[in-house]
Amino acid sequence: MARTLMQEFTKGLWKEVPPFRLVLGICAALGVSTTVADGVGMGIATTFVLVCGNVLVSLLRKIIPADIRIACFIVIIATFVTIVELVMQAYAYPLFLSLGVFIPLIVVNCILLGRAEAFAYKRGVVASFLDGMGIGIGYTLALAALSAIREIIGSGMFSVPFGPKLVVFDTSWYQPMHFLLTAPGAFLCLGLMLAVMNLAPSK
Amino acid sequence: MMDYMVFVVSCVLVNNILLAQFLGNCPFLGTSKRMETAVGMSIAVVFVLVLAGGVTWLTLRYVLTPLKIEYLRTIAFILVIAALVQFVEMFLKRNIPALYAGLGIYLPLITTNCAVLGVCIINIDENYGFVKSLVSSFAYAAGFGLALILFAGLRERILLARVPKPLQDVSIGLITAGLIALSFGAFKGMA
Repeated sequence: MARTLMQEFTKGLWKEVPPFRLVLGICAALGVSTTVADGVGMGIATTFVLVCGNVLVSLLRKIIPADIRIACFIVIIATFVTIVELVMQAYAYPLFLSLGVFIPLIVVNCILLGRAEAFAYKRGVVASFLDGMGIGIGYTLALAALSAIREIIGSGMFSVPFGPKLVVFDTSWYQPMHFLLTAPGAFLCLGLMLAVMNLAPSK
Repeated sequence: MMDYMVFVVSCVLVNNILLAQFLGNCPFLGTSKRMETAVGMSIAVVFVLVLAGGVTWLTLRYVLTPLKIEYLRTIAFILVIAALVQFVEMFLKRNIPALYAGLGIYLPLITTNCAVLGVCIINIDENYGFVKSLVSSFAYAAGFGLALILFAGLRERILLARVPKPLQDVSIGLITAGLIALSFGAFKGMA
C-alpha cells in the first residue's frame, strides 16, 4: 500500500505510536517517566538519534551489504547516541545525571533498530526522515503523557521541560500518591494507559 | 564473604534488574508467554551476561583506558557484546549442539537486550573490580531469570482467565508485572 509522505509522518503520532501501538522501547518509558522534564528530555534524545540514524541508514542503504546490515545499523546508532551523550554532558548536565544509564541504553532501544530495519533500509531519504520524525515525536508525546500522570498524581508537581517546577496540587491539602513514582506504579500506570488506548478506535 | 552475600541478595531481589531498574523489559514481555521460552531465555541471559560483564570490563581496562578513548565505550561495548554473542553462537553450534538446539533462537535476541548492556555499564559506573563485576553480572542475570520465570508462570494462568477486552495481552501483562514488582518491594529492608 502506497502511503503519501504526510501519512509516513502522521502514522507515528497515533496509529503506530510507541510504546503503545508498537510495544517497543518500554524500558526507557518506565525508567525515566518519574518527572515530565526527564520524560521529554529522553524523548528528544531518542528522536534525534532516530532521525539521524534513519537518514544515514537510508543514504547508505545501497552500500551496506545485507548480511551484516544489523551490525552496521548498530554502529550508526551507537555513534549518534555517543554524540547525544557528550552534548548532554556539556549543555544539560542535570538532565544527564537524572537520565543516567538510560542514555547509553538508547542504543538498544528496539524502536531505533526496528525503524532502521523495517523502514530506512528500504526507503528514500525524505520518507525515512519523516518516518523518524513522526515516530520520535509520537514517542516523546507518549513519554510526556505517561510522566505527566505519574508526576502530577505521584507528587502534586509538574516540572516544565527546561523550565521551573510548578505546583499543581498543594501538599497542604493534597496527599501525594507516592506509589505511582515507584517501580510497581510505573508498570501499573503504563498497563492502564495501554488499556485506555485499546478502548479508542485504532483508525 | 558476608559482603558478597549481601551484595548478591541486593542484586537479585532488592535491585532486581527487571522490576526495580526497568532494564530488559522487551524480552520480559516478549518471551514470557510460555514457560519453555522463559526458561530458555533466562539461561541464555545468565550465560551471556557473565561473559559480557567480564569481557567489557577487560575491554575498558586494557583497551579503552590506555588509548584514552573511554568516551567511545557505548560503541565499543555494544560491538563487543554483539561479537561475543555471535562467537558464543558459533562455539555452541560446533561443540555443544544439544545446548545450541535449546538456546540457539534466543542468542541473537540478547544483543538488543538492554539488561546486558545496562549491567555492563552499571558495573563500570559503580567502579566494581573484575571479580565483583562478574559476581554482579551473575546476580543480576539470576534476578532476571527469577522474575521472568515467575512472570511466565503467572501469564500461563492468565491465558485461562477471562480478561476484559481492552486489558488483554500486553496491558494485563504490565499490570501483573506491577504486582510482582510490588511483592519484590517487600525485600527493600533486607540489604
